[in-house]
Amino acid sequence: MINEFFAMGGYGFYVWSSFGLSLLGLMFIYFSAKRFEKRKRTEIAHWIKSNK
Amino acid sequence: MKKWFHQWVSPPHVYTRAGRYLPWCLGISIVLGLWGLYGGLILAPPDYQQGDAFRIIYVHVPSAWLSMFAYLVLGIASIVALAWRFTVAHAVATVVAPIGAIFTAMCLLTGSFWGKPMWGTWWEWDARMTSELLLLFIYLGYIALRASFDESEKADKAAAAFGIIGLINLPIIHYSVYWWNTLHQGATITKFGKPSITWEMGWPLLLMTIAFMLFFAAMVFLRLRGELLERERRSKWVANELGLIELGVHKSD
Repeated sequence: MINEFFAMGGYGFYVWSSFGLSLLGLMFIYFSAKRFEKRKRTEIAHWIKSNK
Repeated sequence: MKKWFHQWVSPPHVYTRAGRYLPWCLGISIVLGLWGLYGGLILAPPDYQQGDAFRIIYVHVPSAWLSMFAYLVLGIASIVALAWRFTVAHAVATVVAPIGAIFTAMCLLTGSFWGKPMWGTWWEWDARMTSELLLLFIYLGYIALRASFDESEKADKAAAAFGIIGLINLPIIHYSVYWWNTLHQGATITKFGKPSITWEMGWPLLLMTIAFMLFFAAMVFLRLRGELLERERRSKWVANELGLIELGVHKSD
């Protein structure tokens, strides 16, 4: 039964590629947003300290 | 009433609220997404024409919808920014662009993987696909345009104007399947009259779309916080927020 799940009626390659790429896309959005926010926090903190 | 509106214009207020809503939006998005995936991949019956390949709908349609919704947010934020010059409006438009671009790419890619088995082709220059590809270029152009300016005020004005002009593409994408003879199928849900998808297949689609929207909101909130710190770096609230106020040197508000 689990084999049927992965086979997706013969369309497995297309279905799982789609879901895989979507997951990658969402993860990319997440990690790049996290990186951006963190970078800004340290950047601005540093800027404030050096502009006292 | 006026006071209620004014607080949404205040960067520190938006910064705080975004931080508060973020984990909720993200958490609920994950729960709904998992539920929607279970419904779409396991519970929903195979399509009588497309078999199990139709299940791609559960990522393709939410991506497509978000690609357009994100641009709508960018466009409205740009209108508000150009008209009233609110920092928050400029900030929202700025942070939405990269997120919207990824959703557009996801839509195009999943569309290709759906088109190949169903239509026999990875790509067709039909009206829907071409206008969606154009949307990707508009997002990338928006990001490049912003980056090309040294002065942030000029960048904001130019980007806002560009963002507004790009709005014309949204009705083109949506109505393309009616205005032109296209390969891409017609609207399923956002049309007048009853949706042409059975509830058995439709409810996971609704969940996935809501999940994607909440995820979008959470990611906008996350980026927005960083962007507001940057734009308001000279203000006391930012110094306060980052724990850098010196007592006795600055009078804190």
